[in-house]
Amino acid sequence: MVNLTIDGIKVSVPEGSTILQAAKEVGIKIPTLCHHPDQAVKANCRVCVCEVEGNRLLAAACAQPVMEGMVVKTRTPKVIEARKTILELILSHHPQDCLNCIRNGNCELQDLANEYFIRDNPFTLKVRGLKKDYSTPSLFRDPDKCVLCRRCIEACTVVQSVNALGLENRGVLSMVVPTMGGDLMDSACVMCGQCIHACPVGAIGEVEEIDKLLAAIADPDKVVVTQIAPAVRVAIGEEVGMKTGDMPMDVFVAGLRQVGFDYVLHTNFTADLTILEEGNELLQRLKEGGTLPMFTSCSPGWINFCETFYPDLLDNLSTCKSPQQMFGPLVKTYWADKMGIDPAKIYSVSIMPCTAKKFEAARPEMNASGYRDVDLVLTTREIGRLFRMSGLDFDKLAGTNFDSWMGAYTGAAVIFGASGGVMEAALRTVYEVVTGKTLEDVNFEVTRGITGIKEAEVDLDGTLVKVAIANGLSNARKLMDQVRAGESPYHFIEIMACPGGCIGGGGQPITKANAKRVERIDSIYVEDEKCAIRKSHENPEVKTLYDEFLHEPLGHKSHELLHTHYQAKNKKYL
Amino acid sequence: MAEEMRIVLRNYGKIDPLKIDDYIAQGGYKSLEKASSMDKEALIEEVKKSNLRGRGGAGFNCGQKWSFAYRANADEKYVVCNADEGEPGTYKDRLIMENDPHTLIEGMAICAYAIGAAKGFIYLRGEYPQLIDILNTAIGQAKEKAVLKGFDIEVRSGAGAYVCGEETALIESIEGKRGEPRFKPPYPPSEGLWMKPTIVNNVETFASIPVIIEKGAEWYAGIGVPSYPGTKVFTLTGDVNNKTFFEVPTNTTIREIVYQFGGGIPGGKKFKAVQIGGTSGAFIPDSLLNTPVAFDNMSAIGATLGSGAVFVLDETRDIVDVTTRIAKFFEHESCGKCAPCREGTARMHELMELVNSGQGSLKDIELMQKLGNVMSIACLCGLGQAAPAPILTTIKHFGTDYNAKLM
Repeated sequence: MVNLTIDGIKVSVPEGSTILQAAKEVGIKIPTLCHHPDQAVKANCRVCVCEVEGNRLLAAACAQPVMEGMVVKTRTPKVIEARKTILELILSHHPQDCLNCIRNGNCELQDLANEYFIRDNPFTLKVRGLKKDYSTPSLFRDPDKCVLCRRCIEACTVVQSVNALGLENRGVLSMVVPTMGGDLMDSACVMCGQCIHACPVGAIGEVEEIDKLLAAIADPDKVVVTQIAPAVRVAIGEEVGMKTGDMPMDVFVAGLRQVGFDYVLHTNFTADLTILEEGNELLQRLKEGGTLPMFTSCSPGWINFCETFYPDLLDNLSTCKSPQQMFGPLVKTYWADKMGIDPAKIYSVSIMPCTAKKFEAARPEMNASGYRDVDLVLTTREIGRLFRMSGLDFDKLAGTNFDSWMGAYTGAAVIFGASGGVMEAALRTVYEVVTGKTLEDVNFEVTRGITGIKEAEVDLDGTLVKVAIANGLSNARKLMDQVRAGESPYHFIEIMACPGGCIGGGGQPITKANAKRVERIDSIYVEDEKCAIRKSHENPEVKTLYDEFLHEPLGHKSHELLHTHYQAKNKKYL
Repeated sequence: MAEEMRIVLRNYGKIDPLKIDDYIAQGGYKSLEKASSMDKEALIEEVKKSNLRGRGGAGFNCGQKWSFAYRANADEKYVVCNADEGEPGTYKDRLIMENDPHTLIEGMAICAYAIGAAKGFIYLRGEYPQLIDILNTAIGQAKEKAVLKGFDIEVRSGAGAYVCGEETALIESIEGKRGEPRFKPPYPPSEGLWMKPTIVNNVETFASIPVIIEKGAEWYAGIGVPSYPGTKVFTLTGDVNNKTFFEVPTNTTIREIVYQFGGGIPGGKKFKAVQIGGTSGAFIPDSLLNTPVAFDNMSAIGATLGSGAVFVLDETRDIVDVTTRIAKFFEHESCGKCAPCREGTARMHELMELVNSGQGSLKDIELMQKLGNVMSIACLCGLGQAAPAPILTTIKHFGTDYNAKLM
């Protein structure tokens, strides 16, 4: 342990700790901007500078290791002048656009400007006037707002190994740019949106489409139907001042009805359906010598990644559409028929934790119903904004149930929201299908948690199935390289593009630390435990769907509506 | 009367730099031979005792630096020569490499033996392409003669960025990355090139080593000012009669450099100021010219020794205009990594332009002082910390020149 004094308070911390960590121990908050709890130390914003006795230079608290006997002062006039001046410098190069900004009220720079009461900035405002990038259907970039902390670059390169973002130019002309300074769409960007979570300001955000929803709600000829993805409920409460997981599902549904949705259904329904289709596809591949390992295909960021970086492994991808895209065509065929609604009038909206889902829904092949299958994708954050605008008090709102035919779900669908959930759900079903026995304990603990790569071996009554689970694309890359080299020992691999799975998706409430992802994961399994039915093949509405419409997994109708194909992306720059 | 004393330039003009035999005939590589027979710790102790301090600008005790890398446990260690001589007006390293490349190679090889490195790099300024052949020829000859005992040196050319003279930016550049400084600690002797223990020393520092080994630490420590012993090469530019170079003991004063070695100001004009150490150096007025050109003496007057560039201005020069150009230089050369330097150098330039064009006010000068003080203690690396020095020192010593330009 190392002993030091910070602002007169004695503190003892493990060797290798930084001043920032030591200060936190004794409740001293040192301001930061480039610092990110799960990333490498950057020390480039210099907002965290402190005085260390005996040193002429100020020390960056985020990077300076503590030393025995060190005397640190975090709020001397010198320190405050330095921090204020640095903030003034950054702010004088930043659009004074807070009121119109997507991060208004949730911005680290805004918070600092407030905490250090920056009023009359002595430097003249100089905004660069750079071009905004709206080239993708998922993400936009506003480079003028960038504070060059580089957290997005680390998210894109280290966490996701996509390398779509990098630095261009030098000095005051430095910019974070997509590959070769082009548009994001021409880069290898997979639209996972992890850069949004990394960004302390509003330089990157989701393409907002709330207005389209409001127009559809206002249109008397449209029947607005929505589906909610498994990971949304655990996080939506964070958007309206509740704790993670605290928004009850029925209250969430009631809120959606209040803001104008005509019917509220659940993506969990098609998550259960996915298990039946994908589980049977796996069994078929195992039986008939199909391409193995089979990869899950629920995560559109991952699909983009595979199409971009591993076009040679597209045959390994399950042909199953994601739950969102299974839901889309079914609502405009099966459900429309059941409800006696003209499918042309249905405006199908999905609520997703994901930015890549916006891109997925816009894929040209996603029109199996004869219409665009999913008309609009809104992120958890966008729904949060809608809720806040609506002025709803969720503590007082009485819950309501989902609408029929595509609203029922099992615990197996709930866990789709967490990394390992698809695998666990599949194992619950595949086990029973293969063995004909009842699974006594449905919990496959080994598949759970935020660990980057998890693996397991499951005994299906004598048949050993080896499975692996990756979350975060740099982890996926490790498993893919193994497959490409012909050295993969696995039969089935689940991959989620985002760290922790969908609960950490690019469309979720701004998530500064993985600790928040872990909280959401825990909340997912609590919900699973509460479900009366926890195996997908026992979902009564899914049974009805097969009885009345699809007839069998992997059947003719399924192939028409629920399965897809993939194409190599020939990206301009890799 | 101060006299020139040639240590790092001892072979200047005496040998054909492309002939290793010429160097050997002058006693070359004997120091390496001697060093390799010494116990490593004793060798490092000897360098430490000589009190040789880095000639690149930071002035850290060379032997002490080596001892950190020596003590570090690692499968690989590196010796890197900082030959990215980017300070405008400085060409001392070029003189050494052009005229006596083997003294640099020998110095690096002694360091390699001391710390246990097998691989070295010379990071050469991008604007010195003509030196690549000279260095490679010399390295080739040394290998052929087997004097380096397995130590290998590779020449890497920079691409013109001033910041790559900062040792960690230089390391990043060798690694093939964007030339930007790292935060410290860790310092290169513990985690440097490819995160391995690395000694980065300037050309002039390495060139001093063979003589120190030959003549002993005591001899060297007795030259010049005790706290910064030895000699220093100065290159003179600007309004001075002898625009040339000198190697002098460190107890020589600035006045002697300008008037005795430099021959004073041409055209019978009066002295206005001298900037020492390169573009980021302080401007020094006449009243401080009796300061010896040693590290701590310079620090005491708010100046630095830096690279040894001496830039003299006569009374007719517009010092505010000169400083404005310097501010432009730093805006251009800031790497952009840390906020106070990236934004601060641009603002300094903006404010200097304002003042220089007659549109500034006292408030602008006060703002530059505040900003300059913050930059000098809060920036990530030496570039940003030193960039305000010319502005702060000219405001301090030549305030009337600024006032004359205010609105």
